[in-house]
Amino acid sequence: MSTTGTAPTTLGRLRLLGAAAGLGLLAGCASWTGGQGGMDEGPAEEVEGSEVATGETDDSSEADAQGLSEAEQERARAQGLDPEDPLDAAVLEDPDSPLATRRIHFDFDDSAIRDEYVPVLEAHGAFLAEHPEEELTIEGHTDERGSREYNLALGERRAESVEEMLRAHGAQPGQLETVSYGEEKPLVDASNEEAWAENRRAKLIYED
Amino acid sequence: MARANRFRSTLAALAALPGLAGPAAADQDVVIDIIGGVEGATPIAIVPFQPQDGAAPGTDIADIISADLARTGRFEVLPEEDLVETPSRMADVDFATWRALGVDYLALGEVSPAGEARYEVRYELLNAYQEGRTDGHRYRAAAQDLRTVAHTLSDRIYEQITGRSGAFTQKIAYIAVDKGEGEQGRQYRLVVADADGHRSQTILTSEEPLLSPAWSPDRERLAYVSFEGGSSEVFVQDVHTGERERVAAFRGINSAPAWSPDGERLAVTLSRDGAANIHLIDVASGDVHPVTRHWAIDTAAAWGPDGDWLYFTSDRGGPPQIYRTHPDGQQTERVTYEGSYNARPSIGPSGERMAMVHRQDGAYYIAVQDLETETVRVISDGPADESPSFAPNGDMVLYTVGGEAGERLATASVIGNAIAPLRATEQEGTRLREPDW
Repeated sequence: MSTTGTAPTTLGRLRLLGAAAGLGLLAGCASWTGGQGGMDEGPAEEVEGSEVATGETDDSSEADAQGLSEAEQERARAQGLDPEDPLDAAVLEDPDSPLATRRIHFDFDDSAIRDEYVPVLEAHGAFLAEHPEEELTIEGHTDERGSREYNLALGERRAESVEEMLRAHGAQPGQLETVSYGEEKPLVDASNEEAWAENRRAKLIYED
Repeated sequence: MARANRFRSTLAALAALPGLAGPAAADQDVVIDIIGGVEGATPIAIVPFQPQDGAAPGTDIADIISADLARTGRFEVLPEEDLVETPSRMADVDFATWRALGVDYLALGEVSPAGEARYEVRYELLNAYQEGRTDGHRYRAAAQDLRTVAHTLSDRIYEQITGRSGAFTQKIAYIAVDKGEGEQGRQYRLVVADADGHRSQTILTSEEPLLSPAWSPDRERLAYVSFEGGSSEVFVQDVHTGERERVAAFRGINSAPAWSPDGERLAVTLSRDGAANIHLIDVASGDVHPVTRHWAIDTAAAWGPDGDWLYFTSDRGGPPQIYRTHPDGQQTERVTYEGSYNARPSIGPSGERMAMVHRQDGAYYIAVQDLETETVRVISDGPADESPSFAPNGDMVLYTVGGEAGERLATASVIGNAIAPLRATEQEGTRLREPDW
């Protein structure tokens, strides 16, 4: 249940990445490829500057299943990952990839994307743009406090703010679906600050 | 919360015993555990109804009445151990004894066999000072209906003494969540039960969340939200036949159904056009009309008793507050101003009061706002109380007590400070929430 394992470690890095990605977006949406292709060509510089893509600097443009050793592929399958699947391949390629993060968290009664998750959603948005065949369901969840009915709407608002950011980074409307569970499906079944923080989340689920 | 008048009556200690909540313990165990009570509550003794001619009905009518009346906050029920005599008819009553015990009224009666598994219940309500009979009645009922007789007597006594109608013969609905194995196997049930939580009957079971049950005004149907289709959808189910119809399954959320007083329309929250807004659905035709059109979250609509106003939660001004508007969407106004979080309104039957979830110092309470004077009074203990529902007579609010111990149901009296848990006949570990009375 580690939620922070893939999060960058310093705020400075985050800002840097945000700026770099923003630049890339202006340059024509294709700058931050993020996926299996690694970061060939010009934009790699920006991404490199972000220091997020540490595992992807080998510049392999064929970093899909073929790029993995037999042993790696076997291990991947054991983990439930499919090396043939572009998304899984990208994550296998780089366990630190923002694509490996499928859950983002929110502040209390808030649906704004926190700074630390901006690179995650940028990466997913770019991945979806690169892979129009991929479809993603975004689940919005809240903690248990307050009105259940309000929380159902708040969960939807969280899912939508994720959707909005993914679209801003190239995902197409047809690839995305949102569903709110409000407070009905807590990740951690407890009533304390830690559990509430875990439960205020949006979950990204790629369709098989 | 400090309470002026604090007492714990009769069998409070039993509440701590494990196993009492299990179905095996079901109907025999009525546990009274009332905190609070109104200053100047009417002292009353409920004498155990004496079995006649070998009757063994298996239902302790006096216990049920005692629990009902204590719940209202308007009665101080004499603890059972203080009953020095157990007369069953007025002729056997020594009124001086009862006056010495400090009671104004006593209720007593008999249970006699009346055929195959049927009983006759004879009841009298006596005034200890006038030394006379205030009320008296006989009922015949099957053994399994004796709890109904008891609740009927609770309502009679309540009406005789307070001049207000009782609420205990009205059924409640709630959602039960059975603990599964880990993440899986959780089971959600829509349950109908007596007002004290007994004789519960599951009318729908689902592996996906159920929420927001709402009685139709004729008490024949329940509207609710089900996630069985993968997202929130609104259903209406006939309580007796089990027949159900999906009335709202649009893109986005479909939630928070509330029946119009005439039973013809449901106010629901839909986000099919973007933001969550209140809509009206004509139940017969399925026609949908938007009521609010705002970018903010508008949800949890509740009707005023004459159908003129729809109260709802909105975060259009920042944190959630309660607003109201006419069903045609005209004249929207803010209703709550006290506190940074007010949500989930329930309007009392006279339209004078509104119950709501109210946050104070980070904790959530049930509060009642006088809609004329705008006075707000917290009536529950917190810190994680939710989903208030007025009793049909407006004198109590049924709600969910949340928090670390798991969700359960309780009532709080609107007058006085009686807070009483509802001892529903459910498995231990089952969560009970979102009651509608």
